[in-house]
Amino acid sequence: MVTVSQRGYMDWLIQRFSAVYMFLCVVALAVFFIKHPDLNYFEWQNLFSSLSTKVIAAVFVLSLLMHTWIGIWTVITDYVKIGLLRLILNVFILFALVGFFFAALLILWSV
Amino acid sequence: MHFPITAIASILHRISGIILFLLIPFLLWMLQSSLSSEQGFDDLSQFLSGFWIKSFLWLCFAAFIYHALAGVRHLFMDIGIGEEIRGSKIAIGIVVVLTAILLILVGVWLW
Repeated sequence: MVTVSQRGYMDWLIQRFSAVYMFLCVVALAVFFIKHPDLNYFEWQNLFSSLSTKVIAAVFVLSLLMHTWIGIWTVITDYVKIGLLRLILNVFILFALVGFFFAALLILWSV
Repeated sequence: MHFPITAIASILHRISGIILFLLIPFLLWMLQSSLSSEQGFDDLSQFLSGFWIKSFLWLCFAAFIYHALAGVRHLFMDIGIGEEIRGSKIAIGIVVVLTAILLILVGVWLW
């Protein structure tokens, strides 16, 4: 029981910290878009060519992976009552998310 | 059937979250296209300038902004603000009004 409740607490904590981090990143990106009303390729490429942007974006993608996994796991656990279907859905979501994660990293590192 | 406003806010938080998950491949595609080359960036800009795609993007922003602000409401509830019935109704009202204002601004920015 102790491990179960600790996992719930960790999920709760990750959900919130990842949310706040992503929120700040989106605000920063919104500020960038507002500062560059006629954004062109070179300004955009320049932003993503810096190592700091890559690392910040990589942590964003990791946050998105964990946040989405916890969120969808919770929704599936609440609504899908058939054990096997729940398992298949969760595994599918997890593989999709890990795929998205690596796709994002490859895109970021190709710049 | 009549659902309390808090239940509707909660289910919308979940639905918008799942929509955002489904949008991840689209976001990755946009990121890759925009960073691949100047041609890719310009092609994407051209693609995103159509009326229907802008309407679609606006709906994506609706899902994101609602999800983010409903999430901020959760953070406030975590520290004990807006937890009781009356407070939660006010908080949901604030979330809806802020979502509407931001969506108008996004609309102005898009068009």
